This record gives sequence, structure tokens and C-alpha cells, in this order.
Amino acid sequence: MSELSLSGTLHSLAQRDLMIAFRRRADVLTTVFFFVIVASLFPLGVGPEAALLRSMAAGVLWVAALLASTLALHRLFAADHADGTLEQMLLAPQPLSLLVLAKIAAHWLTTGLPLVLVAPLIGLQFGLNTAEFPVLLAALLLGTPTLSLIGAIGAALTLGLRGSGLIALLVLPLYVPVLVFGAGAIEASAAGLGAAAHLSVLGALLLFTLVFAPWATAAALRIAVE
Amino acid sequence: MLSFNSLACERGERRLFTGLNCELAASTLLEVRGANGSGKTSLLRMLCGLLDPAAGTILWRGEEIHALGEQYRGQFAYLGHAGGVKDELTAAENLRFSASLASIVIDMTSEAAALAWFGLGDHAHLPCKTLSQGQRRRVALARLRLSAARPLWILDEPFTALDAQAVQLTQSLIESHLEQGGIVVLTTHQDVAIKAPTVQRIELAA
Repeated sequence: MSELSLSGTLHSLAQRDLMIAFRRRADVLTTVFFFVIVASLFPLGVGPEAALLRSMAAGVLWVAALLASTLALHRLFAADHADGTLEQMLLAPQPLSLLVLAKIAAHWLTTGLPLVLVAPLIGLQFGLNTAEFPVLLAALLLGTPTLSLIGAIGAALTLGLRGSGLIALLVLPLYVPVLVFGAGAIEASAAGLGAAAHLSVLGALLLFTLVFAPWATAAALRIAVE
Repeated sequence: MLSFNSLACERGERRLFTGLNCELAASTLLEVRGANGSGKTSLLRMLCGLLDPAAGTILWRGEEIHALGEQYRGQFAYLGHAGGVKDELTAAENLRFSASLASIVIDMTSEAAALAWFGLGDHAHLPCKTLSQGQRRRVALARLRLSAARPLWILDEPFTALDAQAVQLTQSLIESHLEQGGIVVLTTHQDVAIKAPTVQRIELAA
């Protein structure tokens, strides 16, 4: 029996997580509905003044996205930890940080990407100019993977601890740069300043976490399993 | 091939065992026995590299297992208390994914053969949440059938939740692995007489 290639293992790990997510569709839908509902609460709370809502749109959208993605984080490793799959991951003859990256990619596809797809709907609800939609989508496409990557560190660090509130306390402060530049991109574009600078910073954050987060997550998982 | 010297284990300020020495050559079975909480699982997890020993060294072919890293992880198959069986996936999918995680290439024939061997042929395409505890254990054990190329097997309570027939199947799997020059380290509370060219025993005091 020969050894399976690294890319084969990573592909199959991501495929497995997507398959499980597909069979537990309710979890995926919960995240999306949570996002929609949180964003919809704001007009009810602050009143239906169109100009006010339009100026809040970017901020509300991003805060709702942050909260929704936090809600899904505990799923990333908890089940694997409970059923022994995590041990098998640690014992795999492949670098753990790359296995972690494959899992994060699958997690983003099932939580981050649906949020990106629903976001224009929320944008319309807030009267956001359709001209800002390309910037909105670009910012979310660059920002939400960063949320999944940072969230994975939090999920690994809080593994085995009781209460899922802790993970939010740990991760939300770390989400602040993404929030600031993600919402800033849309506001800058609406003000006619161009969003290139904000999007570049979001891209830089993504690259930085892409390198750093899987490694940090792997280290945290090793400690959690010991 | 596998040896450990003056191994010690501490869990939560409590010293479970110290000064454990062992040398395992090819075709050797190591039976680890002891009461609950005597450190059997901890010892096995140390041999996998999941847990760092409080003292002592573990060598694979004369080299430290931590220095070998991924190279060592490609040499053994580990079955823990939890078998890594996912409720949402079918038995066949579980087997396929756990094999690929261990970098073992399997095809449909070997996959079907491994499941059929453990009597799961009819249940191969049912979600594992519909299977009984013993059947789920069989799904986890089916991976061993595909791990013949791994010289070292580390099995934590492999016979738990199994019926007499499955115990016998697992036993013959272990015996044939030993015959082919493999090394098996296992813990068990059951009296299963495994025939092996060489048998070593470690009795851990509680």
C-alpha cells in the first residue's frame, strides 16, 4: 500500500467537513439567519430614517457578520475533539498546520461564504447604493476568511472548556481590525475616496493570518489534546 | 524497534508510574495491564507522541520519536478510546476518510473488503448514527485491516463493546499482524489469549 499525497489528504479532509456540513444543513442556516436577523434588528431599534440607515449600513453589516461567524466557531474542532478524530489528525503523517488550514477552508465555505452571498440583501434593506456592492463583496471576500482563520485560534484555545461564551470574548477583540477596515472600505467608497487602500489592508491581514493562524491553531490543538 | 527507558508519567501532580523500561523487537506483543487510572492510556498516548513523558525517552529504531516527527507518525496505527467515527457519515465514508487522514491509499475493493470482514457489508452505506456501539467500534477497527503496512499498532482497549465474534476477528487480525513481523501494544481488561511469537507484559500499579 502506497502513501497518499499531501494534497490528497487535505482535499479529502476538506471534503469530509463539507459533507458533514451538508448533512447538518440546519447549522449552516442558523448562521445565515442569525446574520440576517441581527442586521434586521437595527432598523427596528433606531427607526426607519433612510439617511441614518444608509450611513450605518456598513457598520451594521460587519458587526452582524462578526457575531454570526463567532456563533459558528465552536463547531470547528469540538466534534472532532469529542469523537477522537482530532487525535487522528495529530497523528497523521502530514503537517498539522496544513490539515488545520484544510478544515478552516471548509469552515469558511460553509459559514463565511453564505454570509457574503446574503450580504447584498442586507445592503438593499439598508438602502445601500448598488454602486457600493462590488466594494462590499470584495471587502467581505477578503475579510471573512480572516475571521475564520483568527477564529480557529480561539476555537482551539477554548477546546474542552465549558461554555461557548468564552470563545466570543477571546475572538471578538481580535476581529476589530477586520471590522474597522471592512466597514471603512464601504464608507470610503461611498464618500468617493476609493476603497483601494482599505481593501489592500484587508488583503494584507488575510495574508498575515493565512501564514500565522494555522500554525498557532496547530500549537493550541496539541496542548488541548494533551 | 520500539524501546523506552525510565519512562515516567505525571497527571495533575500525581505520579502514575516511573522507571518503565521496555524493548520491543519485531513480532512482539506488549500487553499493558493495570487498574483504572493506573496510566495505561497515558502510556499508549506517550508512545504515540500525543503526551510528553515527565521523564525518560522513547526510541523508534534507535531515534527519538519527537525528532522523527512525521516520519514516525507514518510508522504506526493508533486506535484510542474514541474511534473517530462520525455520526453523519456512513461506515464506508468514515473508513475512507480516516484512511486518507492516515495517508493510506485505498480503493473501493479494499474498502468493501475491510468492512465486509468486520460484518459491516450490509451496513456500509448507512449513517453511523444508526449503528450500535459495537458496530461503530467495528467501523473504527476496520481501519486496522488497511494498516497492515504500518509496523506498529497501538491499541487502547480494542475489544471494548465488541461481541464474541468481533473479538475473535480483531484477535486474528492482531495475530496475523504479529506473524508478519509487526509490533502490537495494547491494553485490555478482557482475557483474550492472543497468540504471539513473543509476548511481554507490563503491569501498572494503581
